[in-house]
Amino acid sequence: MFNWLQNIVDYIVFEALGMDKGKHLAEALNFFIYDSVKILILLLFIIFLMGIINSYFPIEKVQNYLSRKKLYGFEYLMASLFGTVTPFCSCSSVPLFIGFVSGGIPLGVTFAFLITSPLVNELAIGLFVGLFGLKTTIIYVVSGVLLGTISGMLLQTFKLEKHLTAWVKDILANAQKEQEAFIQEKQSFSKRLPIIWHEALRIIKGILPYLLIGIAVGGLMHGYIPEGFFEKYMSKDNFFAVPVSTILAVPMYSNASGILPVIQVLVAKGIPLGTAIAFMMAVVGLSLPEAMLLKKVMTWKLIAVFFGTVSLCIIISGYIFNLII
Amino acid sequence: MEIKVLGTGCPNCLKLEKNVRKVVEDNSIEANITKVQDIVDIMAYKVMSTPALVVNEVVVSKGRIPNDKELLEFFTS
Repeated sequence: MFNWLQNIVDYIVFEALGMDKGKHLAEALNFFIYDSVKILILLLFIIFLMGIINSYFPIEKVQNYLSRKKLYGFEYLMASLFGTVTPFCSCSSVPLFIGFVSGGIPLGVTFAFLITSPLVNELAIGLFVGLFGLKTTIIYVVSGVLLGTISGMLLQTFKLEKHLTAWVKDILANAQKEQEAFIQEKQSFSKRLPIIWHEALRIIKGILPYLLIGIAVGGLMHGYIPEGFFEKYMSKDNFFAVPVSTILAVPMYSNASGILPVIQVLVAKGIPLGTAIAFMMAVVGLSLPEAMLLKKVMTWKLIAVFFGTVSLCIIISGYIFNLII
Repeated sequence: MEIKVLGTGCPNCLKLEKNVRKVVEDNSIEANITKVQDIVDIMAYKVMSTPALVVNEVVVSKGRIPNDKELLEFFTS
């Protein structure tokens, strides 16, 4: 699909710049330019596409749907699926949480949404397609959705309402199933497109420095670390690799755009994909800043249970990945 | 005019506030701009994604940063 791009980059690096093919520096530069341009094209396309989908499923509509419909157990899966099309900024997690529980949506369902939303989003999907290909992306998305669903169901069984902060309990006591139907802004498709496009460009501009640094670091490692370098330490046989990398990653806060290009190189150099994905999910899905924000609505105990459950699910999916890929 | 920027203090919220102040100043609009950071106050507007923009107590945008042209439309219509 991107052969044309590789040809152009080959021409620029080896012909126009006259660098020697096979030299570390030339290969690293080639890798850097090719990867950056390819990923930017894919990101722009996917963010734009998800923006269009999202403009028809705004968060208010999702909340309204989940609180009004009887879904007989499928509400966890639905919440998790909605989480994938909703753009997520960790600073929105608190208003979102309150909005959901005040609409009478069960805590577990709210968690299902809250887990999947940062894990599977337009940025992560775009980067995954660009770096790992379509098959791995689909596996990642499906397991992200399942992870949110199962964690949400588990958390619901723990009966955690009593561990919310006092003012949230007040809101819960007054929670009512909102009967008013959600009225969507009437806006023509042609009027929405420029706004979505503008937003996609803004998102890309925001992550561009991290992405370029990530790809540059990846490019350097690509050229200088020998193949199979990590196999000794983090092979599939090493039972502790998955839990250790997950637990190391939980407090870390990095956006996917900076860390994924590096992980891709680590995988190419012998780290098992499941271990890498577990690491990646823990970095993107759970973080210390998010815990600080959630402190406004949850007690430390609840945050610990929430993080613990999700980490456990990530570790299990890491093992499963390593088994099947 | 009463303009409120709702946001818990993330980079996007700060950017929106900056843009709002710029548009108001550039077009010499008479407005009182306040930043609402307390989550309880934010929830009073029933928004679920931040940053949100409130003009004369009406939520005009949420979960994104409108461009300058859109902002001017909000403030003049």
